[in-house]
Amino acid sequence: MDEQTPKPEPSIFERMRNRLTPDGVPADERGRMRMVMESLVLHIHPAKTDVNSMKWTYTWGLGGLSALLMTILGLTGIILINNYTPAAPQAYLDILEINSNVWFGELIRNLHHWSANLLIVVAVLHLIRVFVTGAYRPPRELNWLIGVVMLLLVVGANFTGYLLPWDQLAYWAITVGTSIISYIPLIGQWLMQLVLGGPEVGANTLLNFYSMHISFIPLAIFGLMSYHFWRVRKDGGLTLPKSSKQLDDPKPERVTTIPHLVNREFIFALGWSAAILLFAMFVPAPLEGIANPALSPNPAKAPWYFMGLQELLLHFHPLIGAIVIPSLAIIAIFTIPFFDLNLKSVGVYFRSQRGRYLTALAIGISLIATPVWVLLDEYVLNWTLWLPTWNTLISNGLIPLAVILLPVIFLDDWIAKKFQADTEERALFNAAFLFTAFIVLTLIGIYFRGPGMSLYLPWNMPVVVH
Amino acid sequence: MTDTQSPNLSRRDFLKIAWAFFGGVAALETAGVFLAYLQPRLAEGEFGSVITAGLVDDFPANSVTHIPNGRFYIVRIGDGGFLAVYHRCTHLGCTVPWDQTAQKFICPCHNSQFDQQGTVENPPAPRPLDLFALAIEDGEVKVDTGNLIQRQTYDMAQVVYP
Repeated sequence: MDEQTPKPEPSIFERMRNRLTPDGVPADERGRMRMVMESLVLHIHPAKTDVNSMKWTYTWGLGGLSALLMTILGLTGIILINNYTPAAPQAYLDILEINSNVWFGELIRNLHHWSANLLIVVAVLHLIRVFVTGAYRPPRELNWLIGVVMLLLVVGANFTGYLLPWDQLAYWAITVGTSIISYIPLIGQWLMQLVLGGPEVGANTLLNFYSMHISFIPLAIFGLMSYHFWRVRKDGGLTLPKSSKQLDDPKPERVTTIPHLVNREFIFALGWSAAILLFAMFVPAPLEGIANPALSPNPAKAPWYFMGLQELLLHFHPLIGAIVIPSLAIIAIFTIPFFDLNLKSVGVYFRSQRGRYLTALAIGISLIATPVWVLLDEYVLNWTLWLPTWNTLISNGLIPLAVILLPVIFLDDWIAKKFQADTEERALFNAAFLFTAFIVLTLIGIYFRGPGMSLYLPWNMPVVVH
Repeated sequence: MTDTQSPNLSRRDFLKIAWAFFGGVAALETAGVFLAYLQPRLAEGEFGSVITAGLVDDFPANSVTHIPNGRFYIVRIGDGGFLAVYHRCTHLGCTVPWDQTAQKFICPCHNSQFDQQGTVENPPAPRPLDLFALAIEDGEVKVDTGNLIQRQTYDMAQVVYP
């Protein structure tokens, strides 16, 4: 055997660098595909992606934006914990301290606040996009359900976070919001006390909400998010956009994920991060005076995303307005993928030409009917006065509910007969009608309700001093 | 098959059912432990205990007096009787102030209105303001804030006389 000259050993630093840094993006397609498959993070993507699924105007990047916002919320949340004590009244003093005496404290809080609010909007838009393109149909029903659960968790995260500044805004929004729980039949009172940790919002409530906000909810969202991504792959990737005239699947045209998809995602995330950062630099998160349990502000409003619900409460007995109607809505959202099954129109915005027309019609009718009904109920209808001896659950609950439901059923019947709308178009019509009504109620609650929850025009709104 | 075996339930099935049953019991017990652990705890001397509102003579007839640390109003009606009215609105929990000029409780949140005895004059509140158990001992008005009384209507039996 010949003695060979040994190659010079790489130095310890070279070996460290080789082991710890990526090799750089391979020049060849196969290498780049392998890189996607072998990477923990990137393997949520396929090695090659269909160009049709990357069409910007199909998904609008809403799922990706939600994930980006969750990341910003996680990072800013983790460092906010370090300057916060979940005890009254120290919590409020800590927020003042963060705003005035902590390096970049106000910026971090603003980022957390605005990302959280934007996430609600973006997650709902994501749900709407999936709904109107029929992307929840088999085999994607389970991922729809997971998405809806995550949306509820995001609302829960927002709501628990709302209390943490311990200002008047937080205290009364949570008081009003949690009182809704007490209307659940039989267990309501007990459940409300369990959530609050006592008979009213207090020190125990702050600790309960803090613990939910920083442990259970983020963990659950992280787990479900991972599962959500994994299911997208398992269900065959994104649905592909189609036009209502050409119902055949588009011709597949696959390109390597690196760089085509990854670069787009990177630029998208960078652009949005810059926009959110700019917004957070210039628009401060609201903070009012310290919580005062003896003094309810007038008006006391729930968080803005619950204002539609609070508006319903002004018109219905709380059991109907706060429990029955929202439960029906959530059940409808959960079960829709199990009866709206037409696989032909998956990927077509609004199902068909007729679906597009019916959606516009539903939105139009709802935009007129909802404010008219609010005005009628405010100034003309007064069931409890007309039926003084009746139980308010009937006079102020079931009767107005019937008054609302009858036109909805009539409209549904009318479009089925007049336009020969099929199941998927009727689902679309009713959802568009009811969702528009919900948005209108939310806007009325936010912008048109003033002191005593009376109706005002936004430009005549009396100035409220807290 | 031996004839010792039951024709309806094999040993394997019996064990499966037994395992499922005891597993279910264990899960329920765990849930019970969690719920019990999370039960609200009340501290002595705070809201939830018996609070002395003052002397009988501190409250003139036909008056409404707020006792903020007890979260209630002492209402002394025209004939000298006492009521301890919880200041929390029965609609959605806002603190209801007493409006002296209107002689009403008017909730700032959703405009529920209640008369001096707490009866609903204007919805959306679904029932009268809640009461606390009130007792008069040695000329002192004592209110048990741990003893909440929900009511559907106002009647004279709720009034305590010195």
